[in-house]
Amino acid sequence: MTRKRTGSQTIGPFFNVALLREDDSDLTRRTPGGPQAEGEVIEIRGRVTDGDGAPCPSVLVEAWQADAAGHHGTEGDPNFAGFGRAVTDNDGCYQLATVMPGPVPGKGNSWQAPHISLSLFGSGLLKRVTTRAYFPDQDMNTEDPVLSAISDGSVRSTLIAKSLNSGNPRKFEFNIVLQGPGETAFFDL
Amino acid sequence: MANHDTGERYFPADDETADPPYLHADYGSTVKKSPARPPIPLEHTITELTGPVFEAGQAGENDLTQQGGSLPIGERIDVRGRVLDEDGNPYAGALVEMWQANAAGKYRHLNDGRDAPLDPNFIGAGRCVTDADGAYSFKTIRPGAYPVPDSEWWRPAHLHFSVTGPSVVARLITQMYFPGDPLLGADAIYKSIADQEARERLIARFAPELGERGRSLGYEFDIVLRGRARD
Repeated sequence: MTRKRTGSQTIGPFFNVALLREDDSDLTRRTPGGPQAEGEVIEIRGRVTDGDGAPCPSVLVEAWQADAAGHHGTEGDPNFAGFGRAVTDNDGCYQLATVMPGPVPGKGNSWQAPHISLSLFGSGLLKRVTTRAYFPDQDMNTEDPVLSAISDGSVRSTLIAKSLNSGNPRKFEFNIVLQGPGETAFFDL
Repeated sequence: MANHDTGERYFPADDETADPPYLHADYGSTVKKSPARPPIPLEHTITELTGPVFEAGQAGENDLTQQGGSLPIGERIDVRGRVLDEDGNPYAGALVEMWQANAAGKYRHLNDGRDAPLDPNFIGAGRCVTDADGAYSFKTIRPGAYPVPDSEWWRPAHLHFSVTGPSVVARLITQMYFPGDPLLGADAIYKSIADQEARERLIARFAPELGERGRSLGYEFDIVLRGRARD
């Protein structure tokens, strides 16, 4: 029987005790203290800001990505979590530890450049916003079908993380602007 | 966690009447957080069509009445339902997380500064993983309503639900309301969904037969995620 889908409501500010568990922001291991996933360990951090440029605290940032070889879920590395959660602090900042994802297939014969799917839930967001974090200095970015479909270069550039160091682990900054100048490109799924 | 077979379902254009808009001025905090640019259509790829699937949770994690040394204060309720796709097929292996205020309308959270009491026997968070029929259940107490800070309106009694898996597309966070609550008519969050029928799908059905006789009242709340069965 056909059913109409359930609508979204805001996550509100009080979700922490229900949604966050130890090491949820560390995708490099499936279980705390377990073996580490294959691949280059990286850190992604960023700040979530609103239309006034003010930091947005208590925003749930949810990540889903392929493993280092470009495989999702059980088709991939058994030690890689693939899915992770972080919450922004009072400065609107979040941080995730993960491995550099491999390229994954796109439509037809195309390939998608390495990327992480991010969904954000927060007070004042009646439904999530969804975006993707890509990485700088990836030759594949120019061929990526999702990036290529965005004609406005200033909008497209909001999806490319910035490199923060050349050390080990490499660190990247991916800020998310919910509204106004520099507004992040969000997707309609 | 396991990868889901992406061949099992497809995701036609979304029924956008189900959701609220980003900007709903009556809910003031949307004003500066609503994106100004329309979201960019994204043809689903393997990234969006996959997601985490969870192994069965630990027994008792769905019983919010057993989190302290004795029973929490409040009217005991059982909430049961199924997580389904838009063809009414079960979503098995989905993680259902639920959280709520206590009977006094107070959350166990540092930022809930209202002068209402915490209940030492109530944490207000539970989880379970849907079975092969897509079924979930929680034992809890009916939460209290509470006033929204610096506003004229009160939040009606509600349970927060988060459903994760098996695809990024189907991910949902929502709230369940109680039938006949007079506060629904003035709740800017509930009323943010313009379509009345869509809004009313967030109201549980009073189902005393789902409770334990002489012990708890029952409510039924099905959660329908995006996705249709492939032929």
